[in-house]
Amino acid sequence: MSNSGVRILVIDDEPPIRKLLRMGLGAQGYAITEAGNARFALEALEAERPDLILLDLGLPDISGHDLLARWRDDGLDLPVVVLSSRTDEAGIVRALELGADDYVTKPFGMNELAARIRVALRHRLQQQGERPVFVTGGLSVDLVKRIVRVDGREVKLSPKEYDILRLLVQHAGKVLTHHFLLEQVWDSTTDVQYLRVYVRQLRQKIEQTPDQPRYITTETGVGYRLAEADPIEPASSGQN
Amino acid sequence: MNDGRPSPDALLAEAERENRGRLKIFLGAAPGVGKTYEMLQSGRAKLAEGVDVVIGVVETHGRKETEALVSGFEIVQRVETDYKGRKLEEMDLDAILARHPQLVLVDELAHSNAAGSRHPKRYLDVEELLSRGIDVYTTINVQHVESLNDVVAQITRVRVRETVPDSIIDRADDIEVIDITPDDLLKRLHDGKVYVPTTARRAVENYFSPGNLTALRELALRRTAQRVDDQLLSHMQSHAIAGPWAAGERVLVCIDEHARGPSLVRYARRLADRLRGPFVALNIETARTAGVSDAGKDQLAASLRLAEQLGGEAVVLPGQHIATEIVRYAAANNVTHIVIGKPQKPQWREWLQGSVSHELIRHAGDISVHVIAGAAEQGAKPGAGLTHVTPPRFELVPYLWSTGYVLVALGAGLLLDRVLDVTNIALVFLMAVLAAALSFGLGAALFASLLSALALNFFFLKPLYTLNISDPESVIALGFFLGVAFIASNLTSRVQRQAAAARQRARTTEDLYLFSKKLAGTGTLDDVLWATAYQIASMLKVRVVLLLPENGSIAVRAGYPPEDMLDEADVAAARWAWENDRAAGRGADTLPGAKRLYLPLKTGRTPVGVVGLDNDKPGPLLTPEQRRLLEALTDQAAVAIERIQLVDDVERAKLAAEADRLRSALLTSISHDLKTPLAAILGAAGMLREPPDGLAKDDEAELLGTVVDESERLNRFIANLLDMTRIESGAMAPNAGLNFVGDIVGTALQRTRKITAGHRVQIDIPSDLPMLNIDPVLFEQVLFNLVDNAAKYAPDGTTILLKGWADGSSVVLQVIDEGPGIPTEDLERIFDSFYRVRKSDQVRAGTGLGLSICRGFVEAMGGRIIAANRQDRSGAIFTIRMPIPQQATDMDELK
Repeated sequence: MSNSGVRILVIDDEPPIRKLLRMGLGAQGYAITEAGNARFALEALEAERPDLILLDLGLPDISGHDLLARWRDDGLDLPVVVLSSRTDEAGIVRALELGADDYVTKPFGMNELAARIRVALRHRLQQQGERPVFVTGGLSVDLVKRIVRVDGREVKLSPKEYDILRLLVQHAGKVLTHHFLLEQVWDSTTDVQYLRVYVRQLRQKIEQTPDQPRYITTETGVGYRLAEADPIEPASSGQN
Repeated sequence: MNDGRPSPDALLAEAERENRGRLKIFLGAAPGVGKTYEMLQSGRAKLAEGVDVVIGVVETHGRKETEALVSGFEIVQRVETDYKGRKLEEMDLDAILARHPQLVLVDELAHSNAAGSRHPKRYLDVEELLSRGIDVYTTINVQHVESLNDVVAQITRVRVRETVPDSIIDRADDIEVIDITPDDLLKRLHDGKVYVPTTARRAVENYFSPGNLTALRELALRRTAQRVDDQLLSHMQSHAIAGPWAAGERVLVCIDEHARGPSLVRYARRLADRLRGPFVALNIETARTAGVSDAGKDQLAASLRLAEQLGGEAVVLPGQHIATEIVRYAAANNVTHIVIGKPQKPQWREWLQGSVSHELIRHAGDISVHVIAGAAEQGAKPGAGLTHVTPPRFELVPYLWSTGYVLVALGAGLLLDRVLDVTNIALVFLMAVLAAALSFGLGAALFASLLSALALNFFFLKPLYTLNISDPESVIALGFFLGVAFIASNLTSRVQRQAAAARQRARTTEDLYLFSKKLAGTGTLDDVLWATAYQIASMLKVRVVLLLPENGSIAVRAGYPPEDMLDEADVAAARWAWENDRAAGRGADTLPGAKRLYLPLKTGRTPVGVVGLDNDKPGPLLTPEQRRLLEALTDQAAVAIERIQLVDDVERAKLAAEADRLRSALLTSISHDLKTPLAAILGAAGMLREPPDGLAKDDEAELLGTVVDESERLNRFIANLLDMTRIESGAMAPNAGLNFVGDIVGTALQRTRKITAGHRVQIDIPSDLPMLNIDPVLFEQVLFNLVDNAAKYAPDGTTILLKGWADGSSVVLQVIDEGPGIPTEDLERIFDSFYRVRKSDQVRAGTGLGLSICRGFVEAMGGRIIAANRQDRSGAIFTIRMPIPQQATDMDELK
């Protein structure tokens, strides 16, 4: 895949982090614009529209959350991946609810970040509907026919279980907060433990070792994430 | 001190003077000289200068000129008190304090306040005003000055009862003598310009004779001159101006229970003033003192109090022989003059018993002895709560017993008469006399002597059965018998009294010793207080409360009988005693209306608390000996209280030192744990940046691996530090909810994948374990730390097993390794922060925090975690036990 032409706006107040990101993401073919604080970031946004924003939540002048809120209010439709510190689950959840697509905790591995960026870009740039059947590892989900197979075997899911899986598939590779899932499948007043129970049941049906899941991973304190779709054979083109 | 440096006392006095208000006294020789008028004039002048002046109390006595002067001043309204149906108006001290003017005019310093006022005397009110920094102008007549009281009485034949201690006069910053010639005063008297209470008309006529007035005037002027002299001296001392210093004189006045005691004390004070030295009042307590009447004891106490009031010291010493003790004390204390009263005993008694003054004169050596007449005071001197004098009751019983003894002797004598002759019979009667002396004292013994003599005469001397004596020898013999009987009675009764006194003293000493022992054994403050209260109550037969400072005020901490509520007057008195370091309450100068007498408790200089005493008998609460006993007890108590407080301080200091030690150990440990991985990272990265020659490709990869691994280790350590901070700061708000343990185990193992790369990880957790009410983030961290710990201590290739099961009302989770295990004595201590098992020679690097975080988090979620060793082989087992919440069972029905 080629990332040339894709521009990422990196907003972080620590120069070493920006350098690292420039080098790392640059090596992957992305074009990088740097901004050391919110003001420069807003200027950069005006100057040249990037394809994705990498936002550090702990900015000196305006907090990352405030920026996200502003962008949401302005109707900005760009994928945003946030950088946050490990113990800030609440901040991460809030960022996701304010419109961020995904997150990485510091310190992070470059591969993990690259994967998140890739997924975020894919989901914004393309609808999943282009792909008839979602496949990752031994799991295949046909959203049109509503058939789920694991290692070739068909698996029967309850309506709620299917809804959860469907949402995960539609955002494959991206984290979905508990709140989002609850809202979509039940309503926002339902307790999280219902979600946990159903996810567990779902896992028991599709995972080989439910306690060490391969497909549906737990993002502790934040939500769940379905593994990315397998890359299509190099023969077909056009996909990121 | 003559070395040219200012005397410290003078400097101190001057410093104290800075904060006090200034006192100006308008001193007059007699009523009517115009003191009030002058005071008001001066006040007016100050008012014109812009000073904030108010009138506290001014007696105009209807004089128009004075009344005219009063107008224009702000007058602080007097407070009305009701005394036995009569309405009395007194100066409102509190109102003046609240108003806090710069200067207040207070007339008649010697006035006595009505009962119920805070202080019984106006001069005490003035003292309080001065201590709060308010200046005072006041008036006083010379006859009100304490030390001059009897001189004035001698001059005018009128003794004035309301007196003011000399200390006030001496402390005044200014004295103005209002002086007019006697003729002018008499003219004013006849013109009706002088206030004279109608009740004293006649006495006043004597009072205002020219001779008297001249003498009084001279007295006033002389006293003022003396004061000026003193002020000059003090000024010279405080500014180290060389001058004719006082020649180190010291006056000692000997007093006993006689009524002339106070006049002796005043004489001593005047003598001391003239000599510019201090004076001491000394009383020698002998065996005879125990037999002194209550009135005599009161008089003695009053004389001693007077000495203290006049600025001298009061000392009581025990002794056998008065003159010897006095000389001994005088010699030891550099006394230069001794004052003693003229002997008043009839000569024959003097001859019999000796005279103190004569012996003193003989043995005084270089010390001058002043023998003065001294006038007895009319009536009882009003001292601290004197009672009416009750004459000693006449007891009949001892005399009956004496008669009995004599009768017994008579009987024995009659029997022995067959065998012995008269002179020896006399000895039998002597036995009766001695018996009476031993049992009942002098009076009964003398009675027995007389009775025996009569019996001897009647029954044994010829002619028998008559009181006549035919034989001259018999008369002599009888006479000698009486003589011997008297002497024997005297000696025996004296010995008896001494023995009784010695016994009493021994008992008191024993009690004090036991009390001291009890106090030494007390550990807590409350124990000390209770022991003290009980001891004082039982030794002095009073009710006791003990108050200690609390929150800026003073509060009852112990009492015998137990009491913790005081009424308002008592609370005020206790607080006053504490704040002013002086006695207050019943029988004292301040707030005498309170139920109890409050005395400050202090060790040396520092005040520790207040003790309140009370009993049901009217009159003085304590005799002088009891007072001294109380002082001994309270001294011991104060020392014990101080000791306990010091022990507490030491404990606190020790704890603080221990906390400091721990803190620095913590810092050292953290610093080490941070620096070690950093050192590795810096070292490796440095080498990668500037590779030394010959660095192989593999080395490069290894170095990079070091950088990454150590960075991750550092990351974990910092994460633990942060977790620990959260726990310690109480900022733990576990986000609990129902969760599947299995899920969390999965995510934890996901994070430990790299750390456990060299181990085999096995999981034995059933999938149907009930959900637990836990915070997934915290619980995941607990599992992470436990697995990390296991991986650290268990050698590569060994198995780390995670086991779980439901056990009645809880879920049990175990992390089991195949490492060296934990020493038994450390099984609990490993959960302490920064504790590391130092058993093996390789000190395992890494945080000592992980396990204490586990415990902190587990317990915050309502569970328990313990460490144990495997029984089958070496290795550690960490067991977490979490309660199964009620809701979890309902969730199962969803499936």
